[in-house]
Amino acid sequence: MSNTAWEAVIGLEIHVQLKTETKMFCRCRNGFGGGPNTQTCPVCLAFPGALPVPNRRAIEETIKLGLALDCAIAERAVFHRKNYFYPDNPKAYQISQYDEPLCSNGRLAVPTADGGVTIGITRAHLEEDAAKNVHVAASGRLHGATATLVDFNRCGTPLVEIVTEPDLHDADTAKRFLQLLRQTVVELDLSDAELEKGSMRFDVNVSVRPAGSVELRTRTELKNMNSFNFAAKGIEREIARQIGIYEAGGEVQQETLHFVPGEEDSPPIRSKEEAQDYRYFPEPDLVPVHPPAALVERLRAEIGELPGARIGRIADTLSFYDADVLVTGGLDRLWSALVDAGADAKEAANVLSNQFVAAGVDPGTVNAAELAKLVAARAEIPRAAFDEALSKAGDAGFAAAPYLEQKLVADAGELDPVIERIIAASPGQAEQFRSGKEGLLGFFVGQVMKETGGKADPRIVNERVRAKLSGT
Amino acid sequence: MIDVLRLTAEGAKQLLDAREISGAELFAAYAERDDDLHAFLYRCDDPGGDGIPIALKDVIGTKGVPTTAGSKILESYVPVYDSTVAANCKRHGLRLLGKTNTDEFAMGSSTENSAFGPSRNPWDPSRVPGGSGGGSAAAVSGGLAPWALGSDTGGSIKQPSALCGNVGLRPTYGTVSRFGVVAFASSLDQVGPVAKNVRDCAFLYSIIAGRDANDTTTVEVPEVELPAAQDLKGMRIGVPREMNEAEGIEPGVSAAVRKTIELAESLGAEVGECSLPRSVDYGVACYYLVAPAEASSNLARYDGARYGLRSDGDDFREMVMATRHDGLGDEPKRRIMIGTYALSSGYYDAYYGKAQRVRTMIRREHAEVFEKFDLIVSPTSPTVAFAIGEKAGNPLAMYLNDLLTIPSCMAGLPGLNIPCGLSEGLPVGLQLIGPQFAENTLFRAGHALEQALAFDVVPERLR
Repeated sequence: MSNTAWEAVIGLEIHVQLKTETKMFCRCRNGFGGGPNTQTCPVCLAFPGALPVPNRRAIEETIKLGLALDCAIAERAVFHRKNYFYPDNPKAYQISQYDEPLCSNGRLAVPTADGGVTIGITRAHLEEDAAKNVHVAASGRLHGATATLVDFNRCGTPLVEIVTEPDLHDADTAKRFLQLLRQTVVELDLSDAELEKGSMRFDVNVSVRPAGSVELRTRTELKNMNSFNFAAKGIEREIARQIGIYEAGGEVQQETLHFVPGEEDSPPIRSKEEAQDYRYFPEPDLVPVHPPAALVERLRAEIGELPGARIGRIADTLSFYDADVLVTGGLDRLWSALVDAGADAKEAANVLSNQFVAAGVDPGTVNAAELAKLVAARAEIPRAAFDEALSKAGDAGFAAAPYLEQKLVADAGELDPVIERIIAASPGQAEQFRSGKEGLLGFFVGQVMKETGGKADPRIVNERVRAKLSGT
Repeated sequence: MIDVLRLTAEGAKQLLDAREISGAELFAAYAERDDDLHAFLYRCDDPGGDGIPIALKDVIGTKGVPTTAGSKILESYVPVYDSTVAANCKRHGLRLLGKTNTDEFAMGSSTENSAFGPSRNPWDPSRVPGGSGGGSAAAVSGGLAPWALGSDTGGSIKQPSALCGNVGLRPTYGTVSRFGVVAFASSLDQVGPVAKNVRDCAFLYSIIAGRDANDTTTVEVPEVELPAAQDLKGMRIGVPREMNEAEGIEPGVSAAVRKTIELAESLGAEVGECSLPRSVDYGVACYYLVAPAEASSNLARYDGARYGLRSDGDDFREMVMATRHDGLGDEPKRRIMIGTYALSSGYYDAYYGKAQRVRTMIRREHAEVFEKFDLIVSPTSPTVAFAIGEKAGNPLAMYLNDLLTIPSCMAGLPGLNIPCGLSEGLPVGLQLIGPQFAENTLFRAGHALEQALAFDVVPERLR
């Protein structure tokens, strides 16, 4: 997106499922597991006479997230009913929040390569998730479905909705915001925030306007993008589409673009949604919530240094890019430990964000002192041994020593006889090299590596092969 | 021989304790009586035990026992769990005689809105027993139950008690759990006792009242005192002008109430006039926005998907529409439409929002009166029991029957009906209204008046 005549305006609405023990308004178990409709009761099935009892823990966690997002915490918050008929909504109303949410008026600073941007958080409120509709058809898609089954296990899961101001102007920053928010939620231990499982979901509102203008034009809503990369791609495409429409003299229509999970590269399904009247009114079965100031302060004290701040701090040592990858990948605490144990900062970052991630080990389980030894000796250890070491770095009793013993042979005195033998065995190729066919260097190096079983230091081998061939 | 028409619960307990009768005999005395009043929608077999039998209004959820709320849409519904009040009754050994008739979803003042036909007034079977809890009131006065539970949203306990000549309490909002009670209007609904006298009423209230972890709108309740005093010394009783002189109060009703107020004075009460002008002027209008608005949302769960009636439809929307078309009666439909309209965007501020502000005003107006008085009195219903069919075609006339009970309901206040005389051979009810949590004051005053009035609660035709 490099059309400087236009500016995109992007706002996000994010839903995060809290991983509390029990549901939002009943004491059914919250979370995956169990066959369909096994985690249900009269309350979450909306039997006559059932009443909601709010989950104290969920309220506290929402406040905590609000504090992490620099929100004002309401002295009085109210649950409202949002009324609509749908099979996944058994009461025919969702208990949500409306004009008196728990958290409002916050901000999240998103570090970027050129310093960072601050995105306003309009509100963060608590509500209950709907049940899961399972459309039964051969294709698994809604179209052509012959029946809809409802699994109420998910119904009543505590759900935090976070709404941003339309402060974002490009897809990349939107993606970074989402990644940073996800990492924040995960570190606060409020949610798994897994996109594939649906424990974190987001909708994106996109509009464009002439650069320099402050108007807000018609927006479209992008739904169901379940990866950060697809979100970025989808936003970029939508911005380009809207610009194209305006430049051709057309008007953007307000509509919703539904992406089909697994088919994000295909054009989304468009729908014009009628403005629904949800008939919000204060939930009369619940009294207003008055979070005590002491509770808010206790929760505030429980929050450690947040990922956004750590990116800024680490970017002073490394590049912004490295800092961002480490923090949003949940790797920066291990990185700090490695550096404290003596590893080179850049080297440690490279290892963590490449081979370590590929090894799939939980960074929380790693003995940093042992891993630091390996990182320091990385160049001297055969690649295969190093990868194996990383894959075991999280095991109990992991030690670097056995891998360090497999150090590469870098001693010229040990390598030279092998090299001489190999050159002598291929006089023709040696002659061709000397007459300018430089590419043949690899032919000899490869044979030396093979001969030494990969334990020779490739840098030294290169150096010695060249010297021997040139006759020096 | 057990005199079911006259025996109080307290009296029954004495007979049981003295082993003069067995639990089985007592239960059978009620259960075997012919229900020609159609007080019950469902009658139970004796579950055994020595407790006092009780009847529950059919909006009160009872595990394993049908709970229809007087609606066709719940005709096949059998709860899988007990409401808190039903569980409290069980815990005290009370044995369920059956489920009593009610206007559909407790919406009405005569039981004529029951999908299963009206109940009849024990004093004159051609007349209504009042509503919505007409079944409970008819059962208690007709000798079909020693006592019962009702539920009150805008007068559904007090008005039937008035029309049937017994004692009914609408407790302070928040003192009795609503958990498991089919909801009509959540911010107004309260379960309460119906009994033959004030002491029974107080005792039954003590069984059902108290904080419930399953209903977060409930609170701790002051300990209930069974009334014994015969006088009203030191009691300050207010007589709100508008509620005692309202247009439409029958002369016979006025006369009986006036006489009772004079009696109160002779028992030592300080009686003074007071005024609740705005509560009476706006109460009914305000109620008919707030209650239908909440009802429109509360009744939306009856969609045919999980329980109760289901009618066929090509897709979810068609199925829901067909189910609700077939399963809900005219009155719930009327109130769902009013409530949906009142909550709609663009109308919310003018209707629901305004009604909530008026409600706050009604609450304040009552609070001011209770700075000077311990309780206030008025007729419960402007009329005695009316004939079945008389008002059925005129919803507005029916709504106005609740003119005097609604204001204190909107304010969340407790109200006690006691029979205070006859007009044209039919009972007249007096309502005593107190400030929040003043149930003990109401019991004390109600009991003293009851003793002095010596009203015979047995319908004349059955004596």
